[in-house]
Amino acid sequence: MYDAIVIGAGPAGLTSALYLGRANKKVLVLEAKNYGGQIINAYNIENYPGIKKINGYDFATNLYEQVESLGVDIIYEEVIKITKDKEVMTRNHTWKSKTIIIATGTTNRKLNLEGEDRFLGKGISYCATCDGAFFKGKEVAVCGGGNTALEDALYLTNIASKVYLIHRRDTFRGEDRYLEEIKDKHNIEIIVNTNIIGLEGEQSLKGLILKDQSGKTHHLDVQGLFIAIGQDPQSTLFKDILDMDANGYVQSADCLTKVSGIYVAGDVRSKELRQLTTAISDGSICANMAIKEMGDEVDGK
Amino acid sequence: MVNEISDQNIESMIHDNDEVVIDCYAEWCGPCRMLSPIIEELASENKRVTFCKINIDENEETVSKYEIMSIPTLLFFSHGKLINITIGLKSKEEIKELLKAL
Repeated sequence: MYDAIVIGAGPAGLTSALYLGRANKKVLVLEAKNYGGQIINAYNIENYPGIKKINGYDFATNLYEQVESLGVDIIYEEVIKITKDKEVMTRNHTWKSKTIIIATGTTNRKLNLEGEDRFLGKGISYCATCDGAFFKGKEVAVCGGGNTALEDALYLTNIASKVYLIHRRDTFRGEDRYLEEIKDKHNIEIIVNTNIIGLEGEQSLKGLILKDQSGKTHHLDVQGLFIAIGQDPQSTLFKDILDMDANGYVQSADCLTKVSGIYVAGDVRSKELRQLTTAISDGSICANMAIKEMGDEVDGK
Repeated sequence: MVNEISDQNIESMIHDNDEVVIDCYAEWCGPCRMLSPIIEELASENKRVTFCKINIDENEETVSKYEIMSIPTLLFFSHGKLINITIGLKSKEEIKELLKAL
C-alpha cells in the first residue's frame, strides 16, 4: 500500500513526488514514456522565477534526480485504469494507494489526416524548435492560429526559404506583436480561411491539399508541415470516475476532484494558464492536500 | 561502449559489423539527451550489437543520405542493410524489442 501514487512524471507529477518524498511518504510515480514531460523539448526556459535561463532537459533532469534521491519509486509503465478505491492498474501490476495524484498532461492535437502518422518525422512535426533545423532552405507550412503557430512560423523564417502560415479562420488568437513581426518578414505568406484536407508524398511529405472557404481545393508544394493547433488533455482514463470540462480537461477547483483522495495537477487540469510555473504550483498543492488527507504535517512548516 | 562516428566512417562501420544501431543526435535536442543514457546501457548489455552515435549538426551527408528530418532517430542495420528506423524518444523496452529483430 502506497501513501500516494502519482501518474505522470512531468513537472507537476515530479513536484508532487518531491513534496511527498520530503514528508517521508511512501510514493510511487508511474510514467508511460519519459520523465520530464513536454518541458524536455524546451530549448530554453526563461520565465521560471529565480532561474535566468535553463534548458528544458536540464530542468527536468535536475527535478528527476531531486525526486529519485528521496527514495521515491519510479516505474515506467502505462496506467490503464484507476478506481475510486484508489487502485491503479498497468498491464502487469495493480497497486493500492491512500491517495492518487493525476498529472498526465496533454498531447499534441492532430489534424487527423490520412498519412499524418506515417509522415511523422518524415516532413510532419509538432515541434518547430526540435525539427526546424532539418528544413534549411526548404519550403514549409505551419498550421494554426495561436501563439505557438505564430512563434513557430517566426522561428522557421530564419531556416526555411519560405513559410506558409495556414489558418482555418481569418483572425488569429495569437498575440498582435507576433503578427506584426510576421508581416515584416518577406518569406512568410499567410493563408487564411483555409483547411488542410490532404497530405501528399511517398516516403516523405511533398505537398498539401488545401481547401478554401469557397470550397475550392488547390495544391501546395512543401516539404515540411508544422502542426500547432493546440493540445488535448490525456484524461480519457478518468472519465468514468471524474468530471471533465467541455474540452476534456479534468474538472477541479484547487486541484481537488469530486473523489476524495484523488487530486489533479498540471496541464491536464481545467485552468486558465498552462505553464511550467502553474504545473509546479499544482504539484505542490496536491502533495500538500494528500499529506493532510493522511493526517500529517506538511514539509516546510 | 557507444562509438562516436562521422560522415567519413559511417559506411565502413555499417559494413564491417554484423549488427549496428546508430543514434542520430544533436547537443541541443532534449529528447536526444534523454535517449543517450539508454543507448549507453543497451550497448553494455548487448555485446553482439555495435552501437554508434552521430552528431547530425556536423555530418550533413548522413542527414541527407538517410533523409533525417527529426531527432532522435535510430537506424538499425543488419549485415549492411538498413532494416528499421525509429523516430523520437523510445523507451529501453521498446528498443530491446527492436534489437531482437536484428
